[in-house]
Amino acid sequence: MTRLSLSAIVLVAMIGFGTGSARAVQPDEILPNPQLESRARDISAGLRCLVCQNQSIDDSDAPLARDLRLLVRERLNAGDSDSQVVQFLVDRYGDFVLLRPRLNAHTYALWAAPLLIFLAGLFLTRRLAAGNKSRSATPPPELTEEEKQRLRDVLSPETGARR
Amino acid sequence: MITELGHFALILALAVSLAQVGSAAWAAYRDDEAMEAVPSSTAMVQFGLLIVAFSALIWAYVTSDFSVENVWANSHSAKPLLYKISGAWGNHEGSMLLWVLILALFGAAVAAFGHNLPPRLKSNVLGVQGSIGAAFLLFIVLASNPFTRIFPAPMEGQGLNPILQDPALAIHPPFLYTGYVGFSMAFSFAIAALLEGRISAAWARWVRPWTLAAWMFLTLGIAMGSWWAYYELGWGGWWFWDPVENASFMPWLAGTALLHSAVVMEKRDALKVWTILLAIITFALSLMGTFLVRSGVLTSVHAFAVDPARGLFILAIIAFFTGGGFAIFAWRAPLLRQGGMFAAISRESSLVLNNLLLSTACAAVLVGTLYPLGLEALTGAKISVGAPYFNAVFLPLMVPLLLAMPFGPFLAWKHGDILGVAQRLAFAAGLAILASLAASALTQRGPTLAPLGIGLGIWLIFGALSETAYRVKLFQAPFAESWRRLRGLPRSSYGTMIAHLGVGIAVLGIVATSAWRSEHILAMKPGERVEFAGYTLDFKGISRHQGPNYAEQSGEFLLSRNGGEIQALLPSKRQYIAPRNATSEAAIYRAYTGDLYLVMGDEVAAGAVAVRIYFNPLVRLIWIGALVMFLGGALSLSDRRLRIGAPAKSRSQAAQLARQSA
Repeated sequence: MTRLSLSAIVLVAMIGFGTGSARAVQPDEILPNPQLESRARDISAGLRCLVCQNQSIDDSDAPLARDLRLLVRERLNAGDSDSQVVQFLVDRYGDFVLLRPRLNAHTYALWAAPLLIFLAGLFLTRRLAAGNKSRSATPPPELTEEEKQRLRDVLSPETGARR
Repeated sequence: MITELGHFALILALAVSLAQVGSAAWAAYRDDEAMEAVPSSTAMVQFGLLIVAFSALIWAYVTSDFSVENVWANSHSAKPLLYKISGAWGNHEGSMLLWVLILALFGAAVAAFGHNLPPRLKSNVLGVQGSIGAAFLLFIVLASNPFTRIFPAPMEGQGLNPILQDPALAIHPPFLYTGYVGFSMAFSFAIAALLEGRISAAWARWVRPWTLAAWMFLTLGIAMGSWWAYYELGWGGWWFWDPVENASFMPWLAGTALLHSAVVMEKRDALKVWTILLAIITFALSLMGTFLVRSGVLTSVHAFAVDPARGLFILAIIAFFTGGGFAIFAWRAPLLRQGGMFAAISRESSLVLNNLLLSTACAAVLVGTLYPLGLEALTGAKISVGAPYFNAVFLPLMVPLLLAMPFGPFLAWKHGDILGVAQRLAFAAGLAILASLAASALTQRGPTLAPLGIGLGIWLIFGALSETAYRVKLFQAPFAESWRRLRGLPRSSYGTMIAHLGVGIAVLGIVATSAWRSEHILAMKPGERVEFAGYTLDFKGISRHQGPNYAEQSGEFLLSRNGGEIQALLPSKRQYIAPRNATSEAAIYRAYTGDLYLVMGDEVAAGAVAVRIYFNPLVRLIWIGALVMFLGGALSLSDRRLRIGAPAKSRSQAAQLARQSA
């Protein structure tokens, strides 16, 4: 690949999308049965357009995306359940086609990471709180009577606000 | 000739930045007070030189000088002037030059306005800042030079990707970069403080305005990008969890956490170590954003491997500054002494919770963005991590954060009274419940939890307002007293309220448009009519026009409601000359309740075109909310205490006392 076409890709990558034309779902693809169509749309939104950057086949205008959308509808018409349709595509294209990765040996770390990070953060926070406590175990010396009077002056809203 | 002048200025700027690092290092190492003033001068000179370099590049674009390779590859003589100018940063080399220009701008600002900084701290900060500049200038000069000539000069350029030829996107990168690069200030201050081994609450007061300014620009930059994606990409989505979007979102999340932890540090002298670490992390994420977008690694690991020179160079820069930053942190952070103590229920602890949740969210986005790359590199297995993953991990972190948000500003420092706060928020909670009930009564479809999302937005808005109302004793004291208190409140207090309010507004928009968006896809012939979302659209016909650098087909649709004509909508398709790309321009009717979004597609049958109509309820609140957040930040930034980096006298101090006594 030449440097120029690479920078073209980078440029497009900067924006993150292939082209700006909206030709995703075409009117002729829509199934007459609204329930089937709605299922098809839900399934499509979770399937990756394999030749695009991070686009679902529902959003993409690539010819491949159209083929996949038609395939999804064909399987639904044939009576497949949603998970059968998805499995059919995974068998053909691998896990890469799923925008929501399945839980398996490759993705345990992915799904567990947010929780583990949160727990680690919680643990650190508690340690901070514990350190906080141990330092606060030695209370500061009592205030003198004069200091207490000054504190009352400052804390009473009337004098405080007027100052 | 002007190009060579720019080229020369660029190389000179590199030399000056090296001098800046050298003089700062000398001043610190030899304890030489005379040398401490030098980095300030070099920072000004560096900024001046980079203005010359950048102007030279703009000049080459404006005059369409195709003997400059960068201009030839990214511009075209028929392009409108605005896009000739914005083309200068619509590409790799030019945008890196803009990056260092903004970096130098921040350095010059410290040099010019940092009178009240201790001279040694100022010199150290500029030294660190100069080293970042030197690294990136070296990268530009060696691997990414925008001033390279080609011979013989071509007659015509290759043009700019048409989807980038848009007013919002023309100004989007400068905002985004100001945000990214602005966090370099927090980084430089953090490293300078670590090197000195000393850090005071005053340090946070100096860092906060810079962080706030960077955060404001990043907020607006991200919002602008999202708005552009919404109207330009033609299917009305506004956030895609795309790696490039995530690259800008991670520094935003970390920067938001940093803003809040710096408050704790300034007011209470606590969370010092964490704030320093967060400053390093935020800038590291900004650098990584630059790397992710600029190296091509996102396209695929293989595209990166084909031409790795630039990517590896940036990777080396990241490794140096991030690794170096963490190493200095590990070495010097134990020297920092922890300050103020606080109870489990207090303003401090609410800000710790904010930091915990924001940092976790940021880490989750980081993992999701990089996981496919790591997995492919390690095992060869290819998976996709898309929007469903991010929504699944992000929402459970954001909902508690947003629920807790109105409590934070109400709680007292050191030791707060949660029950008292809950009482003061009862009004907002009541309104939120009413709003949820109203939303579920008014809508028939959409996710069952969506009405609660509306309640959450109302909770945030009125929670923020309640805080100010409580501070000024609205309805509790005579009106004159409330008015006097209202005027006495420091601007930063208003800033907090307005920024939090903005979050609530954005939440309303996000929830409404995600849950109740409707669409209709059909084929239409001229003369046909369609009813949708209470509107009527009459398709009149298609006409052709010639733009400056494109040919256009636009459809004319007459929009009416209940028989009353509203306006004509003109969605169009454009065919650009160079490069030969097609785009489609949506026509949007903006009603108070939401956007009617109309896109015209290709011809599907004889005389019939594909038409897509969406109704996106309340969608504009997303960007209005971001704008309100920006304004809140601006108001806070205008607070005297922040602006001059010193405690205020007179009125605002009295107001502060009033706050504390309240």
